[in-house]
Amino acid sequence: MDPQPQAGKASLQRSRALPQPGEGPPPAPRLGAVGWVRQNLFSTWYNGVLTVVCVWLLYAAGTRVLAWVFATAQWTVVRVNLRLFLAGRYPQDQTWRIWAVVLFVAGLGVASWAAWNAARRHPAAAWFRRRLPLAWFLSFPVVVWLVRGGAGLPVVDTSLWSGLLLTLLLAVVGIVGSFPLGILLALGRRSSLPAVRALSILYIETVRGVPLITILFMAQVMFPVFMPEGVRPDRVLRAMAGLVLFTSAYMAENVRGGLQAVPRGQVEAAMALGLKSHLVVLLIVLPQALRAVIPAIVGQFISLFKDTSLVAIVGLSDLTGIARSILAQPQFLGRYAEVYLFVALVYWIFSYSMSLASRRLERQLGVGER
Amino acid sequence: MQRVASPPDGPIADKKPDEVPGRKPMIVAENVHKWFGGFHVLRGISLTVHLGEVVVIMGPSGSGKSTFIRTVNALEDYHRGRIVVDGIELTHDLKNIEAVRSEVGMVFQQFNLFPHLTALQNVTLAPVWVRRWPRKRAEQVAMELLERVGIPEQAHKYPGQLSGGQQQRVAIARALAMQPKMMLFDEPTSALDPEMIKEVLDVMRNLAASGMTMVVVSHEVGFAREVADRIVLMDSGVLVEEGTPTEFFQNPKEERTRRFLAQIL
Ligand SMILES: Nc1ncnc2c1ncn2[C@@H]1O[C@H](COP(=O)(O)OP(=O)(O)OP(=O)(O)O)[C@@H](O)[C@H]1O
Ligand SMILES: [Mg+2]
Repeated sequence: MDPQPQAGKASLQRSRALPQPGEGPPPAPRLGAVGWVRQNLFSTWYNGVLTVVCVWLLYAAGTRVLAWVFATAQWTVVRVNLRLFLAGRYPQDQTWRIWAVVLFVAGLGVASWAAWNAARRHPAAAWFRRRLPLAWFLSFPVVVWLVRGGAGLPVVDTSLWSGLLLTLLLAVVGIVGSFPLGILLALGRRSSLPAVRALSILYIETVRGVPLITILFMAQVMFPVFMPEGVRPDRVLRAMAGLVLFTSAYMAENVRGGLQAVPRGQVEAAMALGLKSHLVVLLIVLPQALRAVIPAIVGQFISLFKDTSLVAIVGLSDLTGIARSILAQPQFLGRYAEVYLFVALVYWIFSYSMSLASRRLERQLGVGER
Repeated sequence: MQRVASPPDGPIADKKPDEVPGRKPMIVAENVHKWFGGFHVLRGISLTVHLGEVVVIMGPSGSGKSTFIRTVNALEDYHRGRIVVDGIELTHDLKNIEAVRSEVGMVFQQFNLFPHLTALQNVTLAPVWVRRWPRKRAEQVAMELLERVGIPEQAHKYPGQLSGGQQQRVAIARALAMQPKMMLFDEPTSALDPEMIKEVLDVMRNLAASGMTMVVVSHEVGFAREVADRIVLMDSGVLVEEGTPTEFFQNPKEERTRRFLAQIL
């Protein structure tokens, strides 16, 4: 994939004595830069034509994009509204709470990373690493408290949650909620109790059969109809519930794939040791099943993250909702390209980070190594 | 270290007769039948294994050896007959099937180590979660066991980083960590390369010499000759012949046994 360093290594090795058998790295193919280009880009006449056409297209498109980004585009709309994009209508004088959340989560992230890497050497780090899931779990109510207020902080009504803040909150709640629910549904689908199995299948197949937008509408419109007079869970909460319910059905199918990948012998070996069945699931089956489907699960999270943009249609001001209201500002009418490019960039940064994190995690846990 | 063939010296009068070593029945199977759908796998198996005894089960592929050995720790159920393990009858409504299993160690042909745990964690898992030992003590015992099977230096490796022979020795240590009263081996060396078979058989030899009650499904003739107290031949779900190694190999009574021996010797 990345032949440049290889080519470099090859030319380095040329000047060295041949390595003795059984010592040193395997010899790299001996290709210079010119050789590499010839082999990979111009090996046949049609490959050569393809290369030339592609380079020309890249050049033509690239220069135009760059010219637009740096000359034509007027980024004032983003600069002026940056706070609106990120924190939405969250009260100005309470912005520090959002910074506190960012700092808190970043701090916990750095601490986790350090503990993960130092666990081999320091007992304290190992101790913390074992409690990482608990720490993250407990961090959740802290974040909610900081954003929502109460218990000493002024309450910020959820109708003021908007922008990237709302997008992230929806995504995090969706992920944190759908993950355990999905695992339970997956286990339910494989349960030996027929009623549990039937209910799980019914739920999963029903939810997977309808578009997310209908679930969000139902959560907003139908839900209040079923509730007694006066009980009106707020709109953000209802959207969160809709996202959790929707994603957990897909999560369940992902997890089920992982469960099926765990060989029967694993369960038998665990049972033969005298482990009770819930421990067999918890200690042996789930860890292996979840490891096997990390890519699928992270993919699900990423698509959930982007799907949160649908809440704009039911009247919440997430990042895309805010984008629309910014486009309605008289001085920025028609600045679609700038606004949506910026919004896309923000989505991409978060999605790609999740993707990177997942790959790291896979490597750490050695998926596919065995 | 000595086998328990003869009763120990000294007064044994105050012991109940079935507690005399070599006498106490650890596994009693009486006329056990089992069907897989319409297929009659076990057709009336009766076998008693006493404390400290090593019984080797031989027989052609598909004769039901694995199925039988798996009924002994209830990994398979059976439809007729009776199986009593260490005084506890295995029934459908047995409440604490786990309690029986934790007294019976099992070693599988395919090792079945837990790939997401290190060798040490594989061995400590059951003591910590079933016996509720403190982690420190479990790890200490596990290290002793890994030393006993000859691979203490591999304690922190994952199964995927070990050779087949090493994996199977970890699997034996894992079963021993529960301090079982008896051990079941289902073809423990058939998935191994020839040079690794010996290291596993050596561990099993030592285990037998320490007085462990063992039921071993195996076609290792040398091992059976040397270690077994009794050898049984199983064919098409019945026990065809049963005898000491000398009787079994030198002087088989049944024609079926002679044919089987002609194939493997
Ligand atoms: N779960 C099952 N369902 C249906 N049939 C089975 C099942 N397990 C085993 N059998 C069949 O039962 C018979 C006995 O199987 P078993 O594994 O006990 O034989 P074995 O003597 O251990 O053979 P091998 O030496 O090949 O291991 C075989 O014909 C096998 O196909
Ligand atoms: Mg078998």
